[in-house]
Formats: sequence, structure tokens, C-alpha cells
Amino acid sequence: MTVETKEKTRDRQAWMGLLARAEARDLARLWEGFGPLPAHEMLRAPEIGGVMLRGRMGAVGDAFNMGEMSVTRCSVRLADGPDGHAYVQGRSRDKALQAALTDALMQGNAADEVRAKLLDPLAEIESQRRASRAAKAAATKVDFFTMVRGED
Amino acid sequence: MQTLSLTGGFRDAPTDAAFAFRAVMNAMAKPGEINSVTGSEPPAGLSIAAGVVLLTLCDPETPLYLAPGFDRPELRDWITFHTGAPFAPASAAQFALGAWDDLPRGDFPLGTAAYPDRSATLIVEVDDLRRDGATLTGPGIKDSAALSLPDRMAFQQNAALFPRGLDFIFTSGDRLAALPRSTKVS
Repeated sequence: MTVETKEKTRDRQAWMGLLARAEARDLARLWEGFGPLPAHEMLRAPEIGGVMLRGRMGAVGDAFNMGEMSVTRCSVRLADGPDGHAYVQGRSRDKALQAALTDALMQGNAADEVRAKLLDPLAEIESQRRASRAAKAAATKVDFFTMVRGED
Repeated sequence: MQTLSLTGGFRDAPTDAAFAFRAVMNAMAKPGEINSVTGSEPPAGLSIAAGVVLLTLCDPETPLYLAPGFDRPELRDWITFHTGAPFAPASAAQFALGAWDDLPRGDFPLGTAAYPDRSATLIVEVDDLRRDGATLTGPGIKDSAALSLPDRMAFQQNAALFPRGLDFIFTSGDRLAALPRSTKVS
């Protein structure tokens, strides 16, 4: 794989991940501002399924099954070419379709507009959500320390 | 980025698959009867009926064997995208796809006496399906039926293994017929 392909793959992973994690209502609201859904052919209609999440304690050791989560997937082809795929969390068919369309548009000429109107606001929402969660968690943090006991 | 292997699945999967399943079930229940199916547009070289059968019966838990004549990248990609079925050697397959002379018929699992269902179903692509040729009798056939089979001896030997044995689905264009192991061929 060339450096350029690697970068492209990383870019696409980034926006697909962003779409997968986004809240359905946020994506729906942004699409309303963006415009009507572009003409497309359905390669795989949105379908709901589940995946097993696996984890490793401290990222080492053996993998264990942590639990299942709902996932919705969808694949579309735009009338003017590119294919878009989406695997998104949750059970919203609309979100899966919107995410697949976003993925397809990002590979075409409208990429800059899509990034500005859909992806950047989504990234903003996500970072706010993370920051507020981190702040809430930080407020409950307790620092333990021990006074010198002077025993010796 | 546009790939042909992504098109040609069911338009409306629940409805199309239900109709197709009904057609396959009827064909199995009434050996020799020829049913028409629609709904798939598989890559060139694969008939509509074979495509419909694959879309309907295969999923990630049914290993599929592709005969050499059908083992092509575009076909593999199509099957993987639309069904998720893993590809397996003949000895581990639950389904197989190929032309009659192309299938290693001796290698497929025949089931066991305790679990006769653990056998393979062969999807056989044929040039033509007609209601003449070999005579069929047995369950699901009132008096006798006729079907243009690619062989007779092989099916007689298969029926003799009952309750073990292979089941067959013959596909040609948009038509399909079936021959379960319970049917006697003469």
C-alpha cells in the first residue's frame, strides 16, 4: 500500500467511525440543513443486527466477550457513481442510510461541502460530549495522599 | 469506487426471500415440478435461479463449495457481500454450486445415520430443464413425474443411501427444480 492509499484509508476510517458513533438525531438534524437525500440505488437496504464486543483487560491478556451491541448496516450507490457503506451503532435505519450516503458523497466532488456541513459539526458535537463527560467524571475524582506518619 | 459485485441482490429482502423460499420448498416437496423465481441479478455466468437460491439459503453459517467453473473472484465477492457464506472444500460444505460434471460428488458429506440432515445440498446449473427424461417416483409425487436429469445412475445410488444422501436443486435461467434423496429415479 502506498502512503497516499494509507492516508485515504485512514481518512475514511475517521469519518466512518465518526458517523458510526454519532447520535441519530444529530445526524438527522444536520442532513435537514444539508438538503434532500441525493438520488441513490440501494445495494443493501438498512438492516439491524448485533455484534459481540470483545475486550482485553488493560489491552493485554486474553480477549473476553464484553457484551453485544446493536448495529445497523446499509450500502448505497449514488446515481453518479461512488458506493457508500455504513455500519453504525444503534437501531436507526435512517441513520444507517444517512451515514452510507455521507460516506458515498465524501468520495465524490462534494466532499468539501459535506465535510464542512456534516462531518465537522458532528466532530464538534462529539468532542463536546466527550469533554462534558470527562468533566463530570473529573468532578468525582478523589486524590488520595498519606501524611507523613513520623514513626521513625 | 464502484464494484459490480455489490449490485444484484434482493430489492426487498424479506419479501423476495420469502417468495424464493416458498419456490424452493415447493420444488423440494414436489420433485420434478419446475418453478420460476425472480429477484436476483447475479454476475455473468450464474443463472438467476441459482442466484436466488444462494441469496435465500446461504448465510454466514452455511459453508459453500464452488466448483472450479464457478470459482471466480467476482462471483466470490458477490456471494460474500450478499450472503456472507464462507467458502469451504467439498468435504465441509453444506451447499455446493457447479455444473454436474464439475462437482466432486463423492467428496460431499452425506450425513450420518443419527444426523442425516448433516449432508450437502448441491445446486446444479444445467443448460435446460424439461419435464421429460428420467422417471421419478416417491414422496411428493402422485403417480410419477419426469425430469431431464444429467445422469440416472448417480441419483439411484444416492437414493439407495436413504436416509443419508445428497439433495439436489437444478437451476437453468430463472427456473428451478429439485430432487431430494427420497425420490426414486428410473
